[in-house]
Amino acid sequence: MDAASAIDVSGLSHSYGQRQAIRQLDLNVASGQIFALLGPNGSGKTTLFRVLSTLIPVQKGQVEILGFDLRRCLNEIRARIGVVFQAASLDRKLTVSENIRHQAALYGVVGNELKRRETEMLHQLGLSERAYEITETLSGGLRRRVELAKGMIHQPRLLILDEPSAGLDPGARSDLWNYLLRLRDDLGVTVVLTTHLLEEADRADRIGILNEGELVACESPDLLRASVGGDSITIDCDQPEQLADAICDRFSVGAQVVEGTVRFEQSDGHQWISRLVEAYPDCIQSIRLGKPSLEDVFIQKTGHRFWQTLEEVGVD
Amino acid sequence: MIEKAATVTKARNSTHMSAAKPRPWLAVRTLCWREVVRFFRQRNRVIGAIGQPVLFWLLFGVGMQRSFRLSEAGGPGQNFREYYFPGTLVLILLFTAIFATISIIEDRREGFLQSVLVAPIPLWSMVLGKVFGGASIAMMQGLLFLVLALTIKIEAGLGSFVALVGLMAVSSLALTSLGFVIAWRMDSTQGFHAIMSVLLMPMWLLSGSFFPVPSLDGETTIPQFLLHWLMRLNPLTYCVGGARRLLYGDLSNEAFYTPSLSLSCVVTLVFAAVMFAGACKVSSHRTAGDLL
Repeated sequence: MDAASAIDVSGLSHSYGQRQAIRQLDLNVASGQIFALLGPNGSGKTTLFRVLSTLIPVQKGQVEILGFDLRRCLNEIRARIGVVFQAASLDRKLTVSENIRHQAALYGVVGNELKRRETEMLHQLGLSERAYEITETLSGGLRRRVELAKGMIHQPRLLILDEPSAGLDPGARSDLWNYLLRLRDDLGVTVVLTTHLLEEADRADRIGILNEGELVACESPDLLRASVGGDSITIDCDQPEQLADAICDRFSVGAQVVEGTVRFEQSDGHQWISRLVEAYPDCIQSIRLGKPSLEDVFIQKTGHRFWQTLEEVGVD
Repeated sequence: MIEKAATVTKARNSTHMSAAKPRPWLAVRTLCWREVVRFFRQRNRVIGAIGQPVLFWLLFGVGMQRSFRLSEAGGPGQNFREYYFPGTLVLILLFTAIFATISIIEDRREGFLQSVLVAPIPLWSMVLGKVFGGASIAMMQGLLFLVLALTIKIEAGLGSFVALVGLMAVSSLALTSLGFVIAWRMDSTQGFHAIMSVLLMPMWLLSGSFFPVPSLDGETTIPQFLLHWLMRLNPLTYCVGGARRLLYGDLSNEAFYTPSLSLSCVVTLVFAAVMFAGACKVSSHRTAGDLL
């Protein structure tokens, strides 16, 4: 394992009965990064989160977190990581302060150290005024902040979050990201989060794209976009399969049919617009040119749209 | 940018961030404290847990007073209200302890349990925290009910009273652990209520709380024989029997069986130990409900 690696996974597989959730997954997350695990529902990212957060055991493969083997050093890892679950883990009948203190006690943080950290945490997350309010009376955004305070009260080196933006309004989402960036920049905390939001993954230092339990790409957002190459061209037409085949034959490019449209990526996209319209004047209803997005990356790596499962595209 | 961040991290991790130093007994204390705080913040739980048994005691005590006195079941001169008192005491412990463990189902459903499961504490401290919490609530209510003992004719001196409190504490731990074992695999409180009806209430009814354990003699019928052994094999019989002996002293009555005090204490202790071990064992298994 690289000395600067926070997480090193090799050959990880996990199944629930007959259903394989993760297949032979290799992943490396360097320290001090914000790493996003991006994938649609059912891609295996939540299972990977559960394994990394130590909630479920490793079935097959090797996982090292902060240099410790997950099978053998469970408590050493647990003492060093913070976990924020998608489902609220707050006790709704306790106050904000009581929730934080309870969590701190589970990690052995007590006395003056606890007071200092609690005050600091409440201040950082803008919860000082809410410390003595019962959590069930708080808004979703404030509760998520309390979750973050719980996850960070023992000053972990690695913070793992499952869908942290779920249910948050844009303002609260922005606050959350500002806090995560501060953790990375000021404290050097490694942040690993799962998300199904493309625009959220775009803010991470590196993205791991999961599809059907496999890691299909792992790079920085810019490099991922660059890997698609040039511009993205999308054509609406009546017979997309025939047009895609014709374009492939004539121009030797990898045109794909995605949700009834023909798509492919090429540099100098503006020149391709005129070339295509001249070649197929009767077939093309409309044609669009755009810069590659993360969705284009996903389509290129998996052959289907982000929100489209393999069953929907007819693959068993 | 990334490389810079990584370099900063390495430097800072080595100086500022150290691993948390978990303390299992502190975890036990905080989990127990949480149960108690939650309980008192849900007033309907407080009222329900003590209201129903007290109501049962008063209604059954008054309603069955005449018929019970004729049979002299609990010993010469003892009326049903007196006979039924230890049974009600155990019922309060049972109700409170068991309902306290329903919080496991709520904890899981609300997601709270997940954060405890990934904390760096041994499983036994998580179980003990929950069990102590439930048992503390049961004890508080049991002690409150014990004040009513002043209104009935009891033989207990200070020593017996202290021993009774001890027996109540062990019984509470046993019953909370039993509740834990049942609740751990449940994903709904409705399921728990079903178990309550088919297992826990019959267990209480067959503990000598409501009617005594029939003795075996030459005229014993097969149903009585079965009932006798069913009741003697029920660990709750010894919680009730021990409480009865500590409250009323010698209870020699050939028509009915009451376990000795020493046997009651030993069985209750073993019951608590076995149930706690069972709670630790089941908690090592993840259920689908843990994975919200």
